[in-house]
Amino acid sequence: MNFLSNIGKMTVKFIKNAGELALFAYSVITHLFRPPFFFKNIFTQMIEIGFYSLPVVGLTTLFSGMVMALQTYSGFSRLSAESAIPMVVLIALTRELAPVMAGLMVAGRVGASFAAEIGTMKVTEQIDALSSLSTNPIKYLVVPRIIAATLMLPFLVFIGDVIGIQGGYLIGVHKLGFNSATYIKNTWDVMESFDIVSGLIKAAVFGFIIAMLGCYNGYYSDGGAQGVGKATTNAVVSSSILILIFNYILTELFFMA
Amino acid sequence: MTNLKLELTNVSKAFGPKVVLDGFSMKVEKGKSMVIIGGSGTGKSVTLKCIQGLLVPESGSIKVDGEEVVGMKEKDLERVNSKAGMLFQGAALFDSMKVWENIAFGLIQGRKMNKNQAKEIAYDKLKKVGLTSDVGEMYPADLSGGMKKRVGLARAIATSPELIFFDEPTTGLDPIMADVINDLIVSCVKDLGATAVTITHDMVSARKIADEITMLYKGKNIWCGDVKDIDNSNNPYVEQFISGKSEGPIKVEI
Ligand SMILES: Nc1ncnc2c1ncn2[C@@H]1O[C@H](COP(=O)(O)OP(=O)(O)OP(=O)(O)O)[C@@H](O)[C@H]1O
Ligand SMILES: [Mg+2]
Repeated sequence: MNFLSNIGKMTVKFIKNAGELALFAYSVITHLFRPPFFFKNIFTQMIEIGFYSLPVVGLTTLFSGMVMALQTYSGFSRLSAESAIPMVVLIALTRELAPVMAGLMVAGRVGASFAAEIGTMKVTEQIDALSSLSTNPIKYLVVPRIIAATLMLPFLVFIGDVIGIQGGYLIGVHKLGFNSATYIKNTWDVMESFDIVSGLIKAAVFGFIIAMLGCYNGYYSDGGAQGVGKATTNAVVSSSILILIFNYILTELFFMA
Repeated sequence: MTNLKLELTNVSKAFGPKVVLDGFSMKVEKGKSMVIIGGSGTGKSVTLKCIQGLLVPESGSIKVDGEEVVGMKEKDLERVNSKAGMLFQGAALFDSMKVWENIAFGLIQGRKMNKNQAKEIAYDKLKKVGLTSDVGEMYPADLSGGMKKRVGLARAIATSPELIFFDEPTTGLDPIMADVINDLIVSCVKDLGATAVTITHDMVSARKIADEITMLYKGKNIWCGDVKDIDNSNNPYVEQFISGKSEGPIKVEI
């Protein structure tokens, strides 16, 4: 019986959270286009997300590019298709690896800090204090974070594309014995702008998901330090899962339609 | 033409099965200082949050300047709140901002005042609550509990609001500093003509700042009257509360 009641409880909780999130998202979106706009907050968040995530995103995409080159070589050399390596690295990185890797890293770094910051403000009544000083907390805290994350993730992914391809090149030329000019030519020749653009669109969607779930979990946290801790974990886990699900949906939309 | 600044009628608020306010009513006239007393956990802070629209009561009416606040649109609520200032029980300072930025927040964001002018006012208010100007550049995390309380107070009065709510302004302060704060509250009401609602457990402070006193018990207003009548209220609850005895009609469950 206990087992059944747990399933019931979880179902109710899931539906409640989904409804809450939908209402939250609705209220954020209505505030997105209505003044006043807090440009200073948007700018601060853009620096926080875009600039300070560069090292993690750079490192993850660099190694992803390097490992892609190695793996494709070990596979493709059986078919004597080594010349396809630059293309595989390019497509894998720009379409999939860079946006997903950057999304997951930023979810861990930025999504967690959104949930912790806003959650702490919530449990220490700072959010109430904002309203009482007639400043809308959604507008002041949430909207700038959503805008900044949605704009900065594509930027990070673009940098990640460049670094990752560079990683593939380094392995290709210095370890696998490619001619430098050939590797670059093979990359350029197959590059299509939609490879890059599709990755950047994905990145914008992931940025929106990360900020929305980070802020939502913080905004509805309660119960002191423990509640904030739980909100932070939930923000990272749920946004990571959603990123992977949306990655599939977007890929199907872009490349199968 | 009524002269009521604030009118609560039959306000009820529950959290799940727990009923906190159960038909609470209160009237505050313009320019008067109302003090709410009552035991810990009786819903005094909840009352203030309902008035500010931070919590929504299940039933009843709350009017500020004759305007119904319950169920009001966000935009209008912002306008009504801009007339009011509030000191939170836990101070609720923004810990990402310096002390002076906290105090100036309502002026800069709400009143669109320029930064230098707002900073000047912030430092002036800081002096009024008995803090030295070097505190202005500090962060809330570096302050003691009593200092935080006073910064919260400075933030609440920075915009010179018409309506001010103080949630336990003197708890955590030494008796002398408490008296400075009492004087400050009195001067806000007397000199600026503001209407104040103060929650306190401190009867010395209540006698000094109140025009009227309301006692909240079990979600209801069980006594309301002029401050000079508090000692002959003939109400056993009030008598027990101001004498602070554990025997009486108010039972503390241990
Ligand atoms: N957000 C909330 N969720 C659930 N219960 C709450 C919430 N806020 C307050 N309560 C409950 O409402 C009751 C009244 O709380 P309130 O903070 O108003 O007390 P109070 O009269 O201000 O007490 P004190 O003098 O100790 O500050 C408490 O029992 C508290 O548990
Ligand atoms: Mg309280």
